[in-house]
Amino acid sequence: MSGNEISIQARGLKKIYTRGSEQIPAVNDVSLEIRKGDFISIMGPSGSGKTTLVNLLGCLDNPTSGELILAGRSIFANDTRLSERELTKIRRETYGYIFQNFYLIPTLTVMENILLPLTFYRKPGSEEEGLKLLKLLGIEHRKDHLPGQISGGEMQRVAIARAMINRPEILLADEPTGNLDTKRSDEIVRVLQELNQQARLTIVMVTHNPVLAHHADRLFEMKDGHIKETTRS
Amino acid sequence: MITPFQVAYKNLLRKKVRSLLTLVGIALSAWVLVSLLGFNRGYETRLNQDIDNMGFQMMVMAKGCPYEAATMMLKGGTGLKYMPESIIGTILREPEIEKITPILMQAAFDPDKGESGGIAIYFGVEPKTFVEMKTFLKFRQGTWFTDENAYEAVMGYEAAELEQREVGDKILVPEKNVELNVVGILNRTGTQDDGTIFVPMKTLQKIFNRTNEVTTIGIKVKKEADITRLEDKLYKLPDVQVVSLAQVKQTIMGLISTAKVMVLSIAMIAILIAMVGVVNTILMSVHERFQEIGILKTIGAMPWDIFRLIWTETLILCAIGGVLGVGLALVLSRLTGMVIRYILPYAPSGGLVLIDARLIGITLAMILCIGLLSGLYPAWKAGRIRPLEAIRSEGAR
Repeated sequence: MSGNEISIQARGLKKIYTRGSEQIPAVNDVSLEIRKGDFISIMGPSGSGKTTLVNLLGCLDNPTSGELILAGRSIFANDTRLSERELTKIRRETYGYIFQNFYLIPTLTVMENILLPLTFYRKPGSEEEGLKLLKLLGIEHRKDHLPGQISGGEMQRVAIARAMINRPEILLADEPTGNLDTKRSDEIVRVLQELNQQARLTIVMVTHNPVLAHHADRLFEMKDGHIKETTRS
Repeated sequence: MITPFQVAYKNLLRKKVRSLLTLVGIALSAWVLVSLLGFNRGYETRLNQDIDNMGFQMMVMAKGCPYEAATMMLKGGTGLKYMPESIIGTILREPEIEKITPILMQAAFDPDKGESGGIAIYFGVEPKTFVEMKTFLKFRQGTWFTDENAYEAVMGYEAAELEQREVGDKILVPEKNVELNVVGILNRTGTQDDGTIFVPMKTLQKIFNRTNEVTTIGIKVKKEADITRLEDKLYKLPDVQVVSLAQVKQTIMGLISTAKVMVLSIAMIAILIAMVGVVNTILMSVHERFQEIGILKTIGAMPWDIFRLIWTETLILCAIGGVLGVGLALVLSRLTGMVIRYILPYAPSGGLVLIDARLIGITLAMILCIGLLSGLYPAWKAGRIRPLEAIRSEGAR
């Protein structure tokens, strides 16, 4: 499935938080290469730095040191710091994000939530994408409902559709099934798998759940800020 | 497609009571503002109308208190002083004068008027010159006097109404026991003329033993003439004072300026309170949506997009509030006028609060400007929320 183009490259990525006089390395010297079309999952216990790493890879956070290269472009390096504006641009052109808590706007309908990113930025053809996604995700019949009227699994599908509307190159999913039961979790991961295969979408998923993690092509494990690629069992 | 406007609008509906209360605050301040501005305009307009309806721009009267002179002109005061009729000839010699009309004002206590009696006001007028000067007076019934010595009266609308007289009836001058024939009744003018009884000057002089005396001379000045110069010249005449209507207007405007300042301060305070209310509402709403705004940023909103979104919310509140307030002011303008009339020592006749399209435009523009200003800080604050902080704050909430 994976091609040869490199999507994200991290070199010696480090994120150190300071708490009082203590320095906590949440991400410690992480280097990895993610190729276009990869579906990788990152597992690890709480506090191992998974979320911090995903935020760094998704340009949501600045590393303390190290380098991040996105499709050949240096985003963070020891002497490069992009402005918030440039980062926003990169984020909206390249990334789609989904979170454990969905973060739908409660006052907007399912369809409006999905189309919301187009209010700020639109790639050509994005609108048709909206309807296609509704069908693909099986939430067509919910399009005029408010988020409060649908189930958690459906809410996460809406969040996925919203993340996908501008056809990102990379989808970052931080515990996408954290609030869902086993059946719904499995469904959501299958949807992600389908998107990965159909659109050659690069997916980085953080999860606690080893069963779900095994749907990915590549598995990483994090512990105390260090990362290690594991072979699939 | 969903527009930022829709997003903002739907968000305001989320906390209906809060949005509504803010709206009420804005509407009230808009109401106060537009009513005040309308009053400023209305009072002056009505005063000008009253003054125009006098038919002359300047008056010469016997020396006395200028305030009394002012009230005498507009309400018909008492405690009168007299000038000899011969002064008319002197005044007429001035080249600036177009025409003049002498008036003898008299007041008599009428015990039958109202519940505890009242003052009946008589204007002795020269039939010829007075009619020329006040061409706008229209009759409801009858017409002017037949002769300058006739024992006849023309009654103002309210005077006739009060005494229940029609043309052909007689009225009695109290204290003097003289009867006058009513020959005409005027239409309502909305000025003091409504309450006045007009009598030929010569007749009135005889009744009150004021032969060859007048109280007032109304002067109409030629269009191109220099009024100030004429005023100076007339002041040189012995024992007279000159009251120009411009002066009267100034005096009255001066009297009500205190009231205006007070109302203006109240309006300013109301606006300030509304403004603080708006800032508070929007800030709270930004605070509550901290995460949501962060998420909007992860899905591609630039700081400016967020700024615009929050600003739009402020503007929607202010626009609706402003329109409501203006509507309220329009509906209640009569009531507001009545209240002001009750408070003020003197108010001209007619509606005191005049609201027109220009005024509405100015008020709405002001309210919107205030809205833009109040929205500035919350919008700026929201624009600066960083997506990561918003996502991280999850645990803390």
